[in-house]
This record gives sequence, C-alpha cells and structure tokens, in this order.
Amino acid sequence: MGLEDQAAVKRVADEHGSGVVVLLGTPDAESTQTLAQTVVAGDPSYAGPLAGVPLGLPVFHVFEPEVRDQVPADVYEAQVALMEMSLDREAILAGLREARRAGATT
Amino acid sequence: MPRVTHVTSEGMPVIRAVSLVLAHAPSLVRLGSKPLRVLREIDRPIEFLRPHLRDWDAACTYAPNQVFIGNVDVDELAARPTPWHRHPIAGAPRFGPDGEIMPEDELFGLLAACDPFDLLALDRDLADRARAALDAHPIVGADSSRPAVRAGMTAQALAERVDKHGALPILGVDGRLLGAMLPGHDEDDTLTGQVLLENLACKATAALALRHLLARPGAIAASDVRYVMNCGEEAVGDRYQRGGGNVAKAVAEWAGCERATGSDVKAFCCGPMHALMLAGALVRSGLQDDVVVVAGGSLAKLGMKFQGHVKHAMPIVEDVLAGFAVHVSRDEGVSPVLRLDAIGKHEVASGSAPLAVVKALYSEPLGRVGLTLLDVDRFSLELHNPEATEPAGSGNVPLNNYRTLAGLAVVEKLIPREGIDDFVRRRGMPGFSPTQGHIASAIPYLGHARRGLTEGRLTRTMFAGKGSLFLGRMTQLPDGLSLVLERNPSKGAR
Amino acid sequence: MDLRGKKVIALGERDGVPGPAVAECASRAGADVVLTLTACYV
Repeated sequence: MGLEDQAAVKRVADEHGSGVVVLLGTPDAESTQTLAQTVVAGDPSYAGPLAGVPLGLPVFHVFEPEVRDQVPADVYEAQVALMEMSLDREAILAGLREARRAGATT
Repeated sequence: MPRVTHVTSEGMPVIRAVSLVLAHAPSLVRLGSKPLRVLREIDRPIEFLRPHLRDWDAACTYAPNQVFIGNVDVDELAARPTPWHRHPIAGAPRFGPDGEIMPEDELFGLLAACDPFDLLALDRDLADRARAALDAHPIVGADSSRPAVRAGMTAQALAERVDKHGALPILGVDGRLLGAMLPGHDEDDTLTGQVLLENLACKATAALALRHLLARPGAIAASDVRYVMNCGEEAVGDRYQRGGGNVAKAVAEWAGCERATGSDVKAFCCGPMHALMLAGALVRSGLQDDVVVVAGGSLAKLGMKFQGHVKHAMPIVEDVLAGFAVHVSRDEGVSPVLRLDAIGKHEVASGSAPLAVVKALYSEPLGRVGLTLLDVDRFSLELHNPEATEPAGSGNVPLNNYRTLAGLAVVEKLIPREGIDDFVRRRGMPGFSPTQGHIASAIPYLGHARRGLTEGRLTRTMFAGKGSLFLGRMTQLPDGLSLVLERNPSKGAR
Repeated sequence: MDLRGKKVIALGERDGVPGPAVAECASRAGADVVLTLTACYV
C-alpha cells in the first residue's frame, strides 16, 4: 500500500475508533497477504505511517463466503463475481489466512 | 433511448507504420520516483544500487526487450525458459523491425541534442563519446538535420552548476558526475532540474521513435506530416500551467516535420488509445490525410519495482525508457484497418463494476458489428512485464487482465469455464513491456499486429487500454478504450 | 462477522476488484463505508 494510502487508512481508523473493518479487493495471494498484514500488524516493509504501527483492524476479502453471503446476489454478481471466477480465489483466501495468523487477531 | 451513431465501414483509417524504441538508462534509475524516495534513507545509495544495474548487453539480450522492438514473437517468448533475465538471447541485435534498444551514452547525446535551452550539461568526455556515437547513428546521425551534441563541461564546471545554481546532479552507475540539469527557474517548483529532465527524457524518446518511423522505407516524408498527437503522461508546463503540454509540437519540430502542428491527449495510461481513435477520426473526416501519434517514456517509472529486484537478487529490469510512434492514414488497400465503428468505451455510467467495464470495452463494440470475442485472434491488453512486477508483490497484470477477459467469455457462454487457460494462451500473450505506464497499455503489440495483419497470419486484433484516473484524485472512476484493428479487406476475406 | 453497522475501509485494486465495487458490496450489506481507495501498482 502506498504511503499516502497508509496515512489515509490510519487517519480514518483513528477518527472512527471502534467498529472499523477493512475489506479487500486484491487480485492475488501476495498482495492480499501484504495488504492484510499492513492493516493488522503494521507495514511489513518498515516504511510509512503504518510501519510498526499495528492497527489491529479486522480484515476481510470480498471473495470470502462470510462476506459474499451478506451482499445481495445481484450486487455481488455485478461487482465481484467475474473477478472471483477469473482470479485465483483459493490462493487469495490462503494469503488472507496467513496474514491473520501472522497478525494473530480475528 | 440513446441516439445511435451510424459509422459506415467505408473510409476507415489504417495504421501504416509503427515504431517502438527503448533507451537504456541505468544511470537514471536512481532518479525514478520510487528509487529517489527510498534511496534517501539508504547509506551509500550508489553502492547499494550498482550490483543490480545491468549493462547494455544484458538489456539488449533480454528477451522481453527483443519482443518490444519486434525481433521476437510473443509466442516465442511464452515458450522461452524463465526467468527471462537468466536466459538472455545471445547476440540479439540492437535494431529490430520496430525500432532499437539505444545504449545509454547515446541517450545522453540524444537528451543534449533535444535540449533547446541548454539546461542539460554533460561531462566533457561523456559528451565527446555521446557525440561520436550519436553522429554515427543510422537514423539520427550527424547528417540527419538535428541539433548537434554540444561540447561538454569539466567536472569542476559541472559541480559548480550543482553547488551554485541548483542543478540536479546526474550520476553514473559508479557515482561519477556525468552531467547536471539546471532548473528552468529559481523559484518555480514545476521547473526543477528533476522535472525538466523527466520532460526532456519524454521528448527525446518520443522524437527518436518518430525519427525511426520516418526512416522506414516507403515512410511518409517528414514534410508531409501535418499533425502530431502526443499521448504521454508527462506534464510539461510551468507553475501557472503545470500541464500546458503540446510536447507533440516539440517532437514534430525536432523530427523535421516543418509543416506540422499538434496537440497532446491526456488520459493517464489510456491516452494512446484515445489518441489513436482521435487520429483515426481526423483522417476519416478528411481534415487530415495523415496523423502521427507519439509518446515518450517515463523517467519517473524507472526502477519502480526495484526493491523487489534487489530482494530477489535479480537485475533491475526497469532500466529502459520507452517511446513509440504510429502513422495513421487513409486506406491504401494494404495496411490494417482501424475500425472506428467498433470502438469500446468505458463511459461514466460504466462505473467500476468489473462486469460492466469489460462489457463496455469488449462485448458491446464487438456485438455492435456482429462479432464476438471468439472472432478476435489476439487481444492486446496491459502488457507490463511480470518479471518486473511479481518480485515486488504486484502480481502478473497481463495475466489478471486476460483471465478477466476469458471470464467474460465464460459469462457470455462462448467458452466453458475450463476453457479459460486455453483462451488466455491462444488469444493473450505474456507481458513483455517495461513498466512505462501509457506505453505498456496495449501499445507494445502494435508492431507485431501490423505485421501479422498485413502478412496474413492474423485477421483481427483488439487493443484495450486502461487509465487509472482515480490516482489524480478528481474522480474514483477508471477509464478504458478499445480499438479493433483488422486485416485490410482488400487483402482477402475477413 | 456482521457487516451491518460496521465502518468499512474499502481497499480495492484496479486489476482486481476496484474500490468502488468493494464499497458497493459493503454498503449494500449494511455497512457504512468510510474510505474507498483503488490501488494501481503499474
């Protein structure tokens, strides 16, 4: 995540306090894992406003069943389904699980 | 009910010529946007970077670069062993059917020759080497009516420009002072040495590409070029008009197009697609017989993913500036036809929903002319070299895009879900372009497509560019435009 | 995890699911979207 985006995420997380959740639309395992880790445990590349700053935010991906099941079917169809079919969903969810394990929250 | 515009199939413009050039610039990698920021935090940045910067031979024999200039086919690249940087093509030539891979010394000469305000000063020895090499260039040589490479300066004089006049030092891979770029104004932060060097690099590579195009056998004469459109992402201007533009005119002037004027098309990485469409429209309307579309490279994007390359102990492959030129003209019964009746547009209402976006870019325009995805032999989408992006965790952008397109084919019941891989292999291609933004977006396949459509192996190709408008923070929207390029009907059945 | 009433930061990617698409899913699931970003890494 770019440093400016990290600053925006931190600002919003600080401003809103509790109840903040991150929802990802990343296209592969590596970017999913890296981004998830950044918002949970801090920037793994040790640079930027989230370096060493664990926000500890719950992080999810739109491909996860527990997210998908809460979105009206026609909305999911229009906004996500094509990408879910085209990209490597299993690898992405594995990357997310790995990031959660590393962050040891959720 | 939307108003339907009827575009007949007569009088479609054609693409007569394409050139695609690379200029090797390892010394400029440290001035790329990402390296510039990251290296500020590193002790001894020159020593840090040096082991990962490759020489010209390595850049020239790098298979993706050979595909870029047209010497190697995309299917050949797909069949080559990976990683490509460990399997160079021994003896691969500097020149190819579409252009060349210029060595860095000559790039410096080119930059100096493109600099009308004498803001770039080169070290004396480098200037002499650069002048000799560039003067011997088959296309932009000493007798090609271009400005000379000025005499260089002593190390002391260069250092003074840096220390006393705010010039940007240009260091070689080994840390020696190669040159200095003066700012255009003491108090205008849109005219710093860094900004001006970026703009000059863009002009120079666009101009090189244009000169290549004009030097082809049977090419349009420079004096017959009447309109040039530049579609790069640079911002040439000053503090009151940061993106004033018309680099096109600067490039036309340098290339000897005495009767040309021009303008710039700005649309992030989708700029080239818009420019080709607009060029085609100018020709079809009869306002121009010939339009040349050009774009230069992005110095800011050099070394963008360098941290991934360093981490994986591989060479920094984002060490080349790219440039291209395309001649759009009236149908002469030979060249591939640009189908202005099958343009795919991402509209405001298309939003960001992936399905709506791909339908707008592919299904709708093809359907409008009675075709489907399966009527396209080859799609040219985002072509960023995955060897540059994957080590940095940025994934394989071409593959993502091709798989999404294949997903659309599944949704449209043209192929089964199990057919996605085959669709990607047959109608897609591995990414091979340097990550030079607007240039990597569909354009690099244009030389191959023109040849394939003219010599009969291909019948129909489709090019689609995407623009990340949201990066400018004025809209959350993306942009996209697609163009169908077909074999000329005069050459046999479609 | 119930999205209703949550404050969602939608982080999309141009060549994946873009920010506004992620945001639309979240808001239609009952969340309040407080930040929408789309990354483009090339």
